[in-house]
Amino acid sequence: MKIIILGAGQVGRTAAYHLAREEANDVTVVDVDDEVLRDLQDRLDIRTVRGNGASPRTLEQAGAAGADMLVALTNSDEVNMVACQVAWTLFRTPTRIARIRSPDFTSRTDLFISPQDGTTAAGGGFAVDMYVSPEQLVTTYIRRLIRYPGALQIVDFAGGRVRLVGVRAVQGGLLVGQQLRNIRKHLPDIDTRVIAIYRAGRSLRPEGDTVIESGDEVFFLAATKDIRLVMSEMRKREEPVRRVVIAGGGNIGLRLAQELEEDNQVKIIERDPARAARISEQVSSAIVLNGDAADEELLVEENIDSVDAFVALTNSEEANILSAMLAKRLGCPKVMALISKPAYAELMETGAIDVAISPQTVTIGSLLAYVRRGQVEQVHSLRRGAAEAMEAVAPSRPGGAVVGRRVEEIPLPEGASIGAIVRGEDVIMAHHDTVVEPNDHVILFLTDRRHVAAVGRLFQA
Amino acid sequence: MKLGATAGRVGVIPGARGALRQNVYPIVNVLAAVVMVFSITMLVPLVLALARRDDGMPGFVTSAAVCFFGGLGLWLATYRFRREMRIRDGIMLVVLAWTVVPAAGALPLMLDGRGMSFTDAFFEAASALTTTGSTAISGLDELAPSINIWRHLMHWIGGMGIIVLTVAVLPLLGVGGMQLFKAETPGPMKDSKLTPRIASTAKALWLVYVGFTIACVVGLKLAGMDWFDAFCHAFSVMALGGMSTHDASVGYFDSVPIELVLIAFHVVAAMNFATHFLAVRGRSLRVYARDPEAKAIVAVLVISCLVASLYLFAVGTYPDPWTALRFASFNVVTIATTCGFSSTDFGQWPIFVPMWMLLLSCLVCAAGSTGGGIKMIRTLVLVRQSGREILRLLHPSAVLPVRIGGQVIRNEIAFAVLAFTFLYFMSVVAATFALLLTGLDFVTAFTGVVASINNAGPGLGLVGPASNYGLLDDLQTWILSFVMILGRLEIFTVLVLFTPAFWRK
Repeated sequence: MKIIILGAGQVGRTAAYHLAREEANDVTVVDVDDEVLRDLQDRLDIRTVRGNGASPRTLEQAGAAGADMLVALTNSDEVNMVACQVAWTLFRTPTRIARIRSPDFTSRTDLFISPQDGTTAAGGGFAVDMYVSPEQLVTTYIRRLIRYPGALQIVDFAGGRVRLVGVRAVQGGLLVGQQLRNIRKHLPDIDTRVIAIYRAGRSLRPEGDTVIESGDEVFFLAATKDIRLVMSEMRKREEPVRRVVIAGGGNIGLRLAQELEEDNQVKIIERDPARAARISEQVSSAIVLNGDAADEELLVEENIDSVDAFVALTNSEEANILSAMLAKRLGCPKVMALISKPAYAELMETGAIDVAISPQTVTIGSLLAYVRRGQVEQVHSLRRGAAEAMEAVAPSRPGGAVVGRRVEEIPLPEGASIGAIVRGEDVIMAHHDTVVEPNDHVILFLTDRRHVAAVGRLFQA
Repeated sequence: MKLGATAGRVGVIPGARGALRQNVYPIVNVLAAVVMVFSITMLVPLVLALARRDDGMPGFVTSAAVCFFGGLGLWLATYRFRREMRIRDGIMLVVLAWTVVPAAGALPLMLDGRGMSFTDAFFEAASALTTTGSTAISGLDELAPSINIWRHLMHWIGGMGIIVLTVAVLPLLGVGGMQLFKAETPGPMKDSKLTPRIASTAKALWLVYVGFTIACVVGLKLAGMDWFDAFCHAFSVMALGGMSTHDASVGYFDSVPIELVLIAFHVVAAMNFATHFLAVRGRSLRVYARDPEAKAIVAVLVISCLVASLYLFAVGTYPDPWTALRFASFNVVTIATTCGFSSTDFGQWPIFVPMWMLLLSCLVCAAGSTGGGIKMIRTLVLVRQSGREILRLLHPSAVLPVRIGGQVIRNEIAFAVLAFTFLYFMSVVAATFALLLTGLDFVTAFTGVVASINNAGPGLGLVGPASNYGLLDDLQTWILSFVMILGRLEIFTVLVLFTPAFWRK
């Protein structure tokens, strides 16, 4: 597939990295910054074009006429929207994805009725097939983590019917120190499946006799309503979060505060007085504090030791790490930090910080899912890319490699396994003799992400 | 971001063996692949030798076997040390490839029963691969056809580049391929790719190259050559090499149509193959009008041909203007584009014209062409840069970008061009002095070095168009072999190996 990516920022670079790694994709990245492009071209096998992504000339140079997809990821909503429109009007680029962060745009769905859908009622809106808002995605992600204290990562499948949850096993969980098969005895009525265990950074293959140790990262699949119960197998049931402190009143911080303030006591720490004043007008019950999140006195003054969760969301990941570590030391039981660099996240999650949130992983998951559209509904990276969980839809007609076959008969690539099957409203944990029916949503787990494309082909009719 | 994750995961293994594993074996692995690809090209002359049962056969069997199995063995032995090429590896690999591959190409030349020394055979192979076209062999007309086609095939492969070929054929180099690509392709600006994937860029370039070569073969056949000569000369002209199957070079044919066809393809090969690719893809000739280099090349060549023929007519070298135009045009074009055929002994012409031709060979060819020299784009940058300095004297506070064909050249590139030109001339001076030290006369030494660093071919004096480089002694031959490779890899790539910074950890 020929893909043009506009914008070589964090999200753009990560998207380029993931897409260029798949043999079948030809990726061209467009940005205004020459330096960034040269650096990127030295690292990835892609083409780069310098210029404004919304300008017809630049798009033509980047090959929009022959491209299959345009992914507009610049930091300007307006540029992204115009770029999609230009690509459609002038070059008929079939698929256009835009990053749009402002809810002001995204709340008006009429704005994005694509002319090619045929629903060009009033001349149509911007020719955007799909928009992603990294801020919104990250906010939702964090909110979910706060709802399930103890979870490291939560991914929705099949429209939220099934969730994949990563959790760190801690002494006090019912299953810790026991063999995996005992989970059936503890929870006889609940169907769940442990699909991966990471111990000291290495992946273990979960078998019935695997003993869960304290400190393991356990990934399991379960129906959404059963998540809390399964989690309690891995660590002591935690009290729901009540009091939250957010460091950084940027886009994500503000959104998170707005979404949490109804059910929780929220405090936002913002360093810039002008920004603090502005966000204080936009929240209702949350308290905005003007100060430095890494200021010990401020944290103590605000009773950090009685806060349930501390979330560091400033633009600087170094500041996030430091303030989160400080909050942890001052007695906050759960600290999270927004960390972009995977190397930092790896360092921090070994204990200093409870959850490292990687904005790219969150954003890229839904973006890639759309890019690989077709039979593959979703692809999510676990442990920041060490493994991959994906949802694929079985073809509607019988025949082929999947439909009508037992799970053990499906010729999956090496390292891939089927975790669960969602059939209508039912969630079925896959066993070796489960038969896949047409239109089943199959949730797979892959240890090697290079096989994602192979699995996608398998599910094509 | 997981960029550069591979680099980060490689642990530090202490000790000399660790250093070998980390730094040497991965390069050897790719080098072995390059040698294997190269050995496969030996099958062409091998088939010809088998068909004609000529003297080259045993040599080709041995060389192809040695190169293929040697390469395979090394490749397998170092397979588990494979990793992405880094900048340093890329430079090292390209220089090594351009040393090892000529040595491999020299093998058949030594084994055909004429008893050629390794020095001369290496010179011949290096001259072929760098598309210089100087020869140390006299009696080309009697040479086994398989040996002759091998010399021309090496021209052709070297023209687009050994590494570019390997990148096109074996997709195993990944991103690192770009580093190698950059180190081998000539020109000051190599960041723009034709297609997103490096392997498909390399393939596209080779396809255009093959297409033009086929057109050239047909053209030469129609103009009166036999198939064998047509293939050899098409390989030679498309690579801007200049070797011929005859001692008298193109003069042997004494045919105006052949010279016209050759002139046309000289000009084609002297242009940037990226421009050709865009023209083919867009099915439009307008691309050429937009390429400042292409325009400048045509202008310089036309003016030079006219001036040279008028001058030769005026001083009485040729009695009638049409003969003057014919000989002047062919020889000026072939030397200026660094090809280096000859249709007459231009060494006998008044010195103004041959010196003018040698000067042109320094600057006519485009970046990304198969020719050598400083390259037209650098010449244009130098001209504009000089113009800017002059203008600045008049308007001390003017902001003056260097602009070529509407595109602004960044200052860093202008500086790199200045540095390149300085190194280029210093290399000429140093190599000329080295040859003078060995006792060669000045004209031979200077023109030999200029012709070698530009990958042009014939010089003047002892190495003029009527004679060959076989007269030089071993040391002189090695110096010129080095100068040819230096010129082909555009100096920086080779010289960086001689800096302490390259070897520092």
